[in-house]
Amino acid sequence: MAKRIDVNDLNVYYSKFLAVEGVSINIEPKSVTAFIGPSGCGKSTFLRTLNRMHEVIPGGRVEGEVLLDGDDLYGPGVDPVTVRSQIGMVFQRPNPFPTMSIKDNVLAGVKLNGQKISKSDADALVEKSLRGANLWNEVKDRLDKPGSGLSGGQQQRLCIARTIAVKPDVILMDEPCSALDPISTLAIEDLINELKNDYTVVIVTHNMQQAARVSDKTAFFNIAGTGKPGKLIEFNDTAAIFSNPEQKATEDYVSGRFG
Amino acid sequence: MTTNALTSKSSTSGRAGDKIFSGAALGAGVLILITLFAVAVFLLIQALPTFMADPADISGGEGFFAYIWPIVIGTVIAAAIALLIATPIGLGVALFISHFAPRRIAGPLGYVIDLLAAIPSVIYGAWGYMVLAPALVPGYDWLAANMGFIPIFEGPASQTGKTMLTAGIVLAVMVLPIITSLSREIFLQTPKLHEEAALALGATRWEMITTAVLPFARPGIISAVMLGLGRALGETMAVALVLSTGGLIPSLIQSGNQTIAAEIALNFPEAFGLRLAELIAAGLVLFLITLVVNMIARAIIARHKEFSGAN
Repeated sequence: MAKRIDVNDLNVYYSKFLAVEGVSINIEPKSVTAFIGPSGCGKSTFLRTLNRMHEVIPGGRVEGEVLLDGDDLYGPGVDPVTVRSQIGMVFQRPNPFPTMSIKDNVLAGVKLNGQKISKSDADALVEKSLRGANLWNEVKDRLDKPGSGLSGGQQQRLCIARTIAVKPDVILMDEPCSALDPISTLAIEDLINELKNDYTVVIVTHNMQQAARVSDKTAFFNIAGTGKPGKLIEFNDTAAIFSNPEQKATEDYVSGRFG
Repeated sequence: MTTNALTSKSSTSGRAGDKIFSGAALGAGVLILITLFAVAVFLLIQALPTFMADPADISGGEGFFAYIWPIVIGTVIAAAIALLIATPIGLGVALFISHFAPRRIAGPLGYVIDLLAAIPSVIYGAWGYMVLAPALVPGYDWLAANMGFIPIFEGPASQTGKTMLTAGIVLAVMVLPIITSLSREIFLQTPKLHEEAALALGATRWEMITTAVLPFARPGIISAVMLGLGRALGETMAVALVLSTGGLIPSLIQSGNQTIAAEIALNFPEAFGLRLAELIAAGLVLFLITLVVNMIARAIIARHKEFSGAN
């Protein structure tokens, strides 16, 4: 559990379009790393390359290495399905499976990986995962109701429960709070702080206060202009990025002068 | 005297558009109900003499029920064969087009399938009569020789191939494009979010389809199959051409059996008086079958409403 990620000189392409260029970054286990930057700078694209989700979009490919505890995600013979079961992802908009109950949503990933699970183990795992996502007390009486009946914030925590139920090493979050109200956002941020004890967490956010509140390290991405590739400008301790950035562009962005 | 500033007249022209539109929509909706009602009334009135007549005067001489039930069963069997064959193939082709085929192939293939739906049924009938039926004879002989212990494959097999099974296969080919194009459209509408959710949990493509696509598309698949069933139940020309009719027999590879639609089409031109009423009564029964089947389908869809994702 909780593995480190090392990215070496990664280029991300959509067909011939170079979307992200030359990113090298080391993400420590059991830490929260935030990606910030203006819209279109490639931070979400880069995040998706960390569990090969960018390949879902036709033409998506990379050059370079992404190492999970030293194992290259893009090595020959590596199945993206295996990668994704070890590096989970939470999306911008809550996306519980609408046709499944809350319980089945939590178990969706576990049942996928071909495992048979006894009913008592399943019940225990559902409770553990929902507790891990701070959702248990709110839904324990309606586990058989559809997941789509929950509020947005609850749905997002259900998605986090679903992700941690498969016991990943890393959890990626792509702007997990952008569709949520402030109270739900706070609940998710508290949860991220707890997840850090067991998992490596990487979060993309548009909200700089959020990055400052939840992350240990922050990476600032920027783009030189439309059609140009996004680049990693600065990566440092969150405190340093927000109080004492090395790059002018980072300072301009975090102080609100652009973006 | 105070005037309410909110009661301005400026919006009256906009209102007129609203009124025309809601009137037109209401009119269209009511028209459907009237049509359905008128069909039902027509069938009932015209069929009435059949139910009043002396059972000995009905074709077969044993009353309407004895006359109708063999062809009801024939109709249901033909439609069932068609759906049993067409549903899995149609869903498979639709999934291939929507989720497996490269875009370059998917587009033209979808277009060809849509074209198949536009071929007139008489052409399918002619093809079934002239090409398919003779081609199936060796297969029927084999079935009769090796599987003959099962009543539906009891020999001797028809030597023209004009059997219930052939009719069912022709119907399957006819309903295949309906099921395929409708379910393809529904598969394509699966929210990307849900597909990605499944993939991000470590689903293979097939697991993604079973967890995200198929449950989402379930009501649509049922509707597609129902529309296919509607065509299979009501199909006249193809069955009339392909099937060598006769009394009800269990074997699907001998001549025999009949469907309601073909029975009406074959006998209608020379029918008058009580015979005409009989045929219309048969039409009424067909109408009821489709109604019941559709109600069952609606009930199945409604039973899972809570989990449809519409909320």
